[in-house]
Amino acid sequence: MYLSIIRGAATGPARAPGAVPSTVVGLGLVSLITDISAEMITAVLPLYLMYGVGVGFLHLGAIEGLYAGATAVLRLAGGYLADRLGKPKAVAVAGYGLSALAKLGLPAAGGWLPGISLAIAADRAGKGIRTGPRDAMITLATPADTLGRAFGVHRAMDTTGALLGPLVATGLIALAAGYHAVFAVSFALGLTGVLVLVFFVPTPTAPPPPRARVAPRVALATLTAPGVRRACLVAALLGLVTIGDMVLYVAVQQRAGLPAGVLPLLPLGTALTFLLAAAPVGRLADRLGRWRVFLAGHGLLLLAYLLVGFAATGWVGAALALGLHGLFYAATDGVLMAYVSPMFPTALRSTGLAAVQTAQALARAAGAVAVGAALQFTTVPTAFAGLAVLLGAAIAIGARLGRPA
Amino acid sequence: MTARGKAFGAVLITLTLAGGLGYAGWQVASAPGSEGPPLDLGRAGSVLYVDDRDGRVRQVAAAAPGEVLGIGPACQRAYAAGGTLACLRPAAIPGGHEIAVYDAELTERKVLRVWGTPSRTRVSASGKLVAWTVFRSGDAYLFGGGFSTTAGVHNLGTGEHYDSLEEFESTVDGKVLDAADRNFWGITFAADDRTFYATMASGGRTWLMRGDLRTKRLESVRDNAECPSLSPDGTRLAYKKRVGEQWRLHVLGLATGVETALAETANVDDQPAWLDAGTIGYARSTDGRPTLHAVPADGSGAPRALRSGSSPAALAKAAS
Repeated sequence: MYLSIIRGAATGPARAPGAVPSTVVGLGLVSLITDISAEMITAVLPLYLMYGVGVGFLHLGAIEGLYAGATAVLRLAGGYLADRLGKPKAVAVAGYGLSALAKLGLPAAGGWLPGISLAIAADRAGKGIRTGPRDAMITLATPADTLGRAFGVHRAMDTTGALLGPLVATGLIALAAGYHAVFAVSFALGLTGVLVLVFFVPTPTAPPPPRARVAPRVALATLTAPGVRRACLVAALLGLVTIGDMVLYVAVQQRAGLPAGVLPLLPLGTALTFLLAAAPVGRLADRLGRWRVFLAGHGLLLLAYLLVGFAATGWVGAALALGLHGLFYAATDGVLMAYVSPMFPTALRSTGLAAVQTAQALARAAGAVAVGAALQFTTVPTAFAGLAVLLGAAIAIGARLGRPA
Repeated sequence: MTARGKAFGAVLITLTLAGGLGYAGWQVASAPGSEGPPLDLGRAGSVLYVDDRDGRVRQVAAAAPGEVLGIGPACQRAYAAGGTLACLRPAAIPGGHEIAVYDAELTERKVLRVWGTPSRTRVSASGKLVAWTVFRSGDAYLFGGGFSTTAGVHNLGTGEHYDSLEEFESTVDGKVLDAADRNFWGITFAADDRTFYATMASGGRTWLMRGDLRTKRLESVRDNAECPSLSPDGTRLAYKKRVGEQWRLHVLGLATGVETALAETANVDDQPAWLDAGTIGYARSTDGRPTLHAVPADGSGAPRALRSGSSPAALAKAAS
């Protein structure tokens, strides 16, 4: 539930370990602040719509459907625009700014559902637009041999923000501050993120790209280069057999025999592991090879599947499964970006990273739906065994295709 | 960025954060009547509701809903009966919610953790049983289109905890239905603290179910009736029923089997509550705000707006 958000943004821990460039730490701080802002809204939006506006749950589903696809498309558009203009920071600022403004749109729309939908869509659009350029800035600022660590630091900071957001929102609600206070604080934090980005994050120095090279045709040619195509293909293939986070948590809870009341705690187990492991695993990826660590991360997920399907009993089993799940994210999320970014010429990095993220995200969404459906028709052990086999096959394909020539 | 630029940025950031926090503080301080007499759960003839401006439970006289008589905790959903107040509210854990149970002195007696977004809560007339419904979903921002619900019951007297009605045996028209996609919501209790009614959905259909906490069994009463609410005398059930594209309020005579459409013609997505033996209360959105309404239970008359707010609960005389 939370990781799908955590995954989309990216940041590093507030303490800069070693020689992570100040741009990366700055972007990490921006993501941390922005994620507090975003997750505050996520935590209260259903409540606001139901009890602050008074719309029913059917409407929530309809609103959801409106913006589901927009993020993916805009991600590519944001990435391409950043490359075309040669200004990833400017496009990232626009994306962060749009999301911040959207926070004001929610109370401004009052109870008018189209207005609320528009505000949510604008927020998601901002997220889509900024992600590619933001990750490109990380790679532009970081020496190629420490990319894994840089992304790890950024992702860890990002996750910290995602964990803090609901706490802030719940605190405000508990103080009976009302939904508008939540939106106001969220907007203030969103704007703060933009201001930190504008004033305190150094623009990475990159050679000004010759604009002619960023024509759509050139961009497409880069994206279909053999290495990139393989990475996209494998990432999508693995994404297809990656179970949705929430489905996994429910399976863990049921198979381990834990009370339903602990379900909200399970995502925290994954997130905390991710938070702690992202930077060190990123460093490990720099040393051992990013593709290898990326595939090994999926191997950990395979172990988690087997554990949940066949051995998860009690708290120990659940803790192990969540630990594996968190390590899986640490070994795959930023690591994939670190792996693919050197494949793109500097002038096309935003587009390239956005394309890989889009392929992975779409595949994971499709996979989550498919796995959810499969679980309806079979038992948990059968489904997880099947998944483990498919995942193992996908890892094997990834190992073959990704072998350095 | 120059040093001067950074200083300028720092000033802007400080102003932004101060503005946001200042606004929040001002909202807390100026919440509508945040000070006032506490709720009186024994006050017959009054109605509790949740005020959408600050989320607090407030109390008004049923006959004069304009004037606030009491103020209580902040809840997304609330219900009270028999000297017990149930309050569904967010927990500190992300995505978690809890049911806080208050006694007549408004002391928090128990907190039950649930996972999901609060939807319905009810207390039996004796104040012993507490029920809840939460929406569950696994998507990032809102809900993945489809949703599932979980409804459970806790017995404050015995400590018995029924985590989910999915663990009960359900029969529809005499046949056991154990499909994995069963969802339950909208529990309402009978006076015996044992019988209850709830909605069950499976395969795109919904049924009104009558359940028994002791035998852990549910059987269908009729289809297409959601969020039931049993009348104080236990003879009639109010519920929302899907008619075309919208939900309309209806009342069913349990002995007669006669179903009556109420005078409210707008879509109502709420669990109705009996304000008295002849009046149904409910919330629906009006001008972008949840608004309490009342409509006669016999299909006559017309709906009237009481005041803005949601989650109505009428306090009757103590059951014992």
